[in-house]
Amino acid sequence: MSSPGNTPVQSLVAGIVKLITGIRAVWHGCPPAGSRPRVYFANHGSHLDFVALWSALDAAQRHRTRPVAARDFWDATSLRRWMACAVFRALLINRDKATRQDNPLRGMVEVLEQGESLILFPEGTRSLTGETGAFKAGLYHLAKAAPDIEFVPVFLENLNRILPKGEMLPIPLLTTVVFGAPVTLQPQEPREAYLERARHAVLALRQWNQPA
Amino acid sequence: MHLTPQTQHLFLGILAVLAVASVTGWILKRRAAARPAMQPVVANLVARVNAWWVMAGVLAGTLALGFHAAVIVFGLISFFALREFITATPTTMADHRALFWSFFVILPGQFFLVWIQWYGLFAIFIPVYAFVFLPIRMTMAGDCKGFLERTARLQWGLMVCVFFISHLPMLLTLRIPGFEGRSSQLLLFLILVVQSSDVLQYIWGKMLGRRKVAPVLSPSKTWEGLVGGVLSASLLGLALTGFTPFRWWEAFGLSLLATLLGFFGGLVMSAIKRDRGIKDWGHMIQGHGGMMDRIDSLCFSAPLFFHIVRHGWT
Repeated sequence: MSSPGNTPVQSLVAGIVKLITGIRAVWHGCPPAGSRPRVYFANHGSHLDFVALWSALDAAQRHRTRPVAARDFWDATSLRRWMACAVFRALLINRDKATRQDNPLRGMVEVLEQGESLILFPEGTRSLTGETGAFKAGLYHLAKAAPDIEFVPVFLENLNRILPKGEMLPIPLLTTVVFGAPVTLQPQEPREAYLERARHAVLALRQWNQPA
Repeated sequence: MHLTPQTQHLFLGILAVLAVASVTGWILKRRAAARPAMQPVVANLVARVNAWWVMAGVLAGTLALGFHAAVIVFGLISFFALREFITATPTTMADHRALFWSFFVILPGQFFLVWIQWYGLFAIFIPVYAFVFLPIRMTMAGDCKGFLERTARLQWGLMVCVFFISHLPMLLTLRIPGFEGRSSQLLLFLILVVQSSDVLQYIWGKMLGRRKVAPVLSPSKTWEGLVGGVLSASLLGLALTGFTPFRWWEAFGLSLLATLLGFFGGLVMSAIKRDRGIKDWGHMIQGHGGMMDRIDSLCFSAPLFFHIVRHGWT
């Protein structure tokens, strides 16, 4: 039953998520498969965000795409650690500057250099209200360190309703994952301007998805 | 359980109608090749016919497997419909737990009552017990903003998507003297008449449709389509008299009632869609839209058909 390149557990998880949320991927501005590795960056409102984005990719892409996740959460219990490492092959990073020993940017660049893609949530934490907050500087630094990579904005709809922050159990609602045109860092573009542009690229996809 | 001989004949008839529809679609597609303006309509028509093949197949398979399979299949249909309804309905974080109860306790509970054929509780579980329980659960979230609207929307969704739909498999439990072991024909009769009314309204409307019935609520519905579709589907119901426990005028009258309710069910759901600014409930069924787009006409006719037959014939 497993799709090419995916382990049975990976296919099972993607299948369950699709069954519950009826995920529909809309490719608006870039094809489902690119020749270069990508960084998918999206709005963040739910623990299910990266699972949904990851499930919306086709099987071959999913196999080569790794979510960037917070070590303090995913390393906390053995189940979460197994999910993060064995199922999603997450790249765990330290969020807290005080305990940070190495630069998380290096790990991300290494993954991209190996030809794999990343899923990133530049807000850094889940939004409580469904609004998309300001992007942290990490996205800018990564864009600077990896100029040949496509940075694809993604809008995730309804996931903050399916599993809001603070809830344990999800409700089944239909989800749309909208992929937009890549956002490229311009030469000499200031950090704030780039981050705001990237954030608007994500929010603009919400319009695309708005019912006619 | 297996399909009754009459049901087998009826499915052969459906097969023939779908074959004609597919051939017609194929001819129209060839004609449309030279006329680009026609292509989207024809492509939609072909997609609709293809989906009908799948739906007819699912229905035949379900009825062949018997009562318990039907409970599960209609439970799933109900689940997909409620999912579309709640997705399109504004809810807040404070509704989360009540929504969880609705999807994973109340919905399965209602179909469990069908499964064990406990009619007494089946008939009041959602109108009384869910009605009492859900607002209580919602008070615990401690958010009074739009409280009445939030509870009312959820109750309404449960009534239409779960309570009404659960009457379809419940038809299989009716014991009509002289009609034992053939209750699946009641279910098939209702679905066939109501769904063919939808299709015939579409065809009459496309051929003769001029005057709009409800320009604000549903611009595609016309008087010509309504009258033509309802009457021809009711005549189909009359033609199916021998398949039912009814006399010919009863078959016609029940068909007329079911198709009119089907029309108004579609109109009500269309008003909600329009208010929410959406065209279709979802994307589940190619060419048709969502599950709710396909079953909206059955939602309103199923409970009335069930109760009339239960009171009049059992």
